[in-house]
Amino acid sequence: MMQVAGGGAAALLALTACSSSDDDSAGTSDPSGSASASGKLSGEVTVFAAASLKESFETLGREFEKAHPGTKVTFSFGGSDALAASITGGAPADVFASASPKTMKIVTDAGDNAGEPATFVRNQLEIATLPGNPDKVASLKDLTDADLKVVLCDKTVPCGAAAEKALTASKLKLTPVSYEEDVKSALNKVVLKEADAALVYKTDVRAAGDKVEGVEFPESADAINDYPITLLKESKNTDTAKAFIALVQSAEGQKVLTSAGFLKP
Amino acid sequence: MTPPASGKASAVDTLGGGPRRRRPRVGRRGRAAPLPLLVPALIGLVFLVLPLVALLIRAPWHSMPDLLTSTEVWQALRLSLVCATAATAVSLVLGVPLAWLLARVEFPGRGLVRALVTLPLVLPPVVGGVALLMALGRNGVVGKWLDSWFGVTLPFTTTGVVIAEAFVAMPFLVISVEGTLRAADPRYEEAATTLGASRFTAFRRVTLPLIAPGIAAGAVLAWARALGEFGATITFAGNFPGRTQTMPLAVYLALQNDPEAAIALSLVLLAVSIAVLAGLRDRWMTTR
Repeated sequence: MMQVAGGGAAALLALTACSSSDDDSAGTSDPSGSASASGKLSGEVTVFAAASLKESFETLGREFEKAHPGTKVTFSFGGSDALAASITGGAPADVFASASPKTMKIVTDAGDNAGEPATFVRNQLEIATLPGNPDKVASLKDLTDADLKVVLCDKTVPCGAAAEKALTASKLKLTPVSYEEDVKSALNKVVLKEADAALVYKTDVRAAGDKVEGVEFPESADAINDYPITLLKESKNTDTAKAFIALVQSAEGQKVLTSAGFLKP
Repeated sequence: MTPPASGKASAVDTLGGGPRRRRPRVGRRGRAAPLPLLVPALIGLVFLVLPLVALLIRAPWHSMPDLLTSTEVWQALRLSLVCATAATAVSLVLGVPLAWLLARVEFPGRGLVRALVTLPLVLPPVVGGVALLMALGRNGVVGKWLDSWFGVTLPFTTTGVVIAEAFVAMPFLVISVEGTLRAADPRYEEAATTLGASRFTAFRRVTLPLIAPGIAAGAVLAWARALGEFGATITFAGNFPGRTQTMPLAVYLALQNDPEAAIALSLVLLAVSIAVLAGLRDRWMTTR
């Protein structure tokens, strides 16, 4: 009998110890994240982001969770057009970061945004070739060689729209073997060596490391994509969502994004 | 010993409403169905039918003629029909003998082989597509040799679409035919062989006619599965209009920027599926 009571007391003690240490850690973390002053952040935020943002946003998500214990950032990466379509279709998301103003407009036209979308980075196209560039691709024109298997993004996806813009601007006609549904699947066709080259973003080439080799081309300057980010109307956790957007736009966030190859807005 | 006929029974039920079991019906025991069965049954029915009805309700009927006469739609539809039919043909040529092997020949590890054959049934099609790339891609285990010896590369080609569709559709045919074979009496074949026919002749002249309905059911299932195939196709064969862009791919990509076109395309696919299932069901029931 005594033993049981003792056990209970110990459990109680442990509980209070637990909760007090919890308070402590929250207390110490707050000053560090003082940029978002308005009290303690918590809960889950869901971020829909363009496939090209994958690596940088996952890094920022981890930093965010570390700076604000008790929060959780969940990402859904995909083609911006597919994400926009699922947001207007009622998908539960707090933040939308797209790879083009055009796909963002799908969401703002439907009135699903809360506040004006802001451009937070820009991205430029680059040619991704097989490691070592065995086909000696040196320019955009080289891609029009009929013997070369080239993949592009579908025209509905920002990277595809940008590729089309660059090709039209340089009056080149390029027939790819496939129009892929997002930039990562275009890149991966080269990573898997199924295609000889793909038009993807600089950031994707960098993220793929030595699995592909990047070739810059001057025409890409004609097709630089602005990346807008916005809070969504359906957000159930606006404070935390806003704090995440603030992190993306902060000097720290920009550092992560530019080191991945993104251009400053 | 009664051989299990579950594969066949399910195929038959799906397509023919079980033509073999014509038993005296409801009238005799016309009591109402018990509620605990009736309610979930009706919910299940609504669950299956409602999305299709919604598709009809939301269909942009006024702009349908324009949407449906565009060349892209016809291109995608023709490609879908051709590829699904070719994939079914491949499944028949390879799948019927495979089913026969599983049903009629005792060999060690038969259970394992059957499990492997049915694996693509439960595998997510995208995984199937990745697996096909690893095997038959330009840099794949086998594809590497195809490329360097014959200069044949399969990804991004119409043949690639057929392969992807056959990969996911063939198990349906094998399961269906194997079930029919197990239900069919092997004594007819044995009689044929004792009368001097070779095992292959017995298969061709006796077994094949005997299991024809099962083959037809399996072929229809495989064809329908191939027609709707998306994941393995886009992963293995990519997406290029007229070459690898089948209807499901066109629907998916249209949904991104033109939902009305996506609905119109979906309706076409729905109509084709219904027409084929209905047509084959009639023919099949009269042969019985």
